[in-house]
Amino acid sequence: MTSEDRPEDSATSSPIEARVREIAGDSAQSIEYSFDELEVRVLRESVVDVCAALKSDPDLDFKYLRSLSVVDWQDELEAVYHLSSLSHPHKLVVKTRAPIDDPWIPTTIGVWKGADWHEREGHDLFGLEFRGHPDLSPLILYEGFEGFPGRKSYDIPEQVTFYGD
Amino acid sequence: MATDTGISANIVRDPVTEQAELSINMGPQHPATHGVFRMVLTLDGERVVDVYPHIGYLHRGSERLAEGENFQQITTLFDRLDYVANFNNEWVYVRAVEKAMGVEVPERADYIRLILSELNRIASHLLFYGTYGLDTGAMNPVMIGFRDRERIQQIFEGVTGARMMHNYFRIGGVKEDLPDGFVPAVRALLDQLKVGYEEARGTLTESEIFIERTAGIGAIPAEDLLDYGVTGPLLRAAGIDYDIRKADPYSVYEELDFRVPTGQTGDCYDRYMVRMLEIEQSISIVAQALDKLPDGAFMGRVPRILRPPEGDVYVHGENPRGDLGVYLVSSGGTVQPYRLKIRGPSFCNLMALPAMIRGSYLADATVILGSMDIVLGEVDR
Repeated sequence: MTSEDRPEDSATSSPIEARVREIAGDSAQSIEYSFDELEVRVLRESVVDVCAALKSDPDLDFKYLRSLSVVDWQDELEAVYHLSSLSHPHKLVVKTRAPIDDPWIPTTIGVWKGADWHEREGHDLFGLEFRGHPDLSPLILYEGFEGFPGRKSYDIPEQVTFYGD
Repeated sequence: MATDTGISANIVRDPVTEQAELSINMGPQHPATHGVFRMVLTLDGERVVDVYPHIGYLHRGSERLAEGENFQQITTLFDRLDYVANFNNEWVYVRAVEKAMGVEVPERADYIRLILSELNRIASHLLFYGTYGLDTGAMNPVMIGFRDRERIQQIFEGVTGARMMHNYFRIGGVKEDLPDGFVPAVRALLDQLKVGYEEARGTLTESEIFIERTAGIGAIPAEDLLDYGVTGPLLRAAGIDYDIRKADPYSVYEELDFRVPTGQTGDCYDRYMVRMLEIEQSISIVAQALDKLPDGAFMGRVPRILRPPEGDVYVHGENPRGDLGVYLVSSGGTVQPYRLKIRGPSFCNLMALPAMIRGSYLADATVILGSMDIVLGEVDR
């Protein structure tokens, strides 16, 4: 959080910070540090372009999508992409948000195939539509499950009845 | 492609070519799927044309449940994810909270965690060794594997009181100090494990039947594996030496001398071999850690009530199956996490399953699935 927390990392991270700034350009809403990781916020419309550029840039080489998480901020849903490179000791976090009454974010399955199930899970549990994903059928939940159990607004019932009808 | 068939087999005939495709449902109650995994295979003769995996049969909502429990209680949920590598799971979680809180861990606790986690890695690989033998038609390995795994479980029981759901790692250290006689007992165990390791050589490693059964199947290019987010022994078998213990070192791994075994082709035999060589490395890591095990406190100074500051951390560690990550979001001032996302290695590895099986024979499908060594508790969460 504070600058004292990242004395040794700031030395290794600053070169990618400049490069990330260059690549993200006007799409970046903010670029800041959270603990030891660099964090970029982008608008959902530009998330695919930014991710593809981050992956194909040889200096950054973010070929490995470590994780894709969805966070419910009540009024907005946030997708968090944790990226890593195997050729360089780099890490990067990309965040983008969608309003809860218009919950969609473009799919990044064209950038990393590994985004597939993470996006389906986000669609199942949070009702966040990853627009353009070829198959958003239920993955974790069973067919016909109602509601989005990952969301804060979902009340966990005392007893869940399985096998509807 | 019939993907939602309720009956177990279904023939679809192409109206023009008269070619027939058979769709077979496998699982969730099938011994070769290692849990409640289900896949629908589309066959053309004996060749697998397509695979459609179904997961979620063991979904317990661990991530959502964690939002209703305080930080100390959540360790128990991690025991139940990858239930054959409990310590490795607990470790990543407690490290995530420690990073968020800025908690210092005493060196002794770090070593205790490392020793137990590496032993757990051996136990997990032994389970793979045994069940993979069964998958490929050998009965001996499961006897050897479970015999040695049982010895490790007894050490765990002596330390934590439980055989599987340990709940032993604490934020800032471990629950209690090691029992008397732990170090000599583990040294004796390592000697026994070395003997078992040699026995394994004769049963599978050098068995012609096993090599014929596993070599040359299931391999896909290393770049594809990475694109799918495949990690752990599966990725290393394809020649990429990505091990978080080396690539992003944590705890005291930098003070220990070990190497990362890699394969060449990434086929099922390489995957098996990488795991076996990892057992050898883990035995050496535990032996070194026992030599260096320092005295001192086993628990650091930690507030009774944990309230991490507002913000998010992502911490990962090398699980026997690959890269286990925990994304922890704290809203600040609360005793419960705002959001906890678990990035399970088996979950991500499974995404590459259709690409690995497509084009191979039906009989190889279970061999390829077995070589991935999935644990459904962590796939479904």
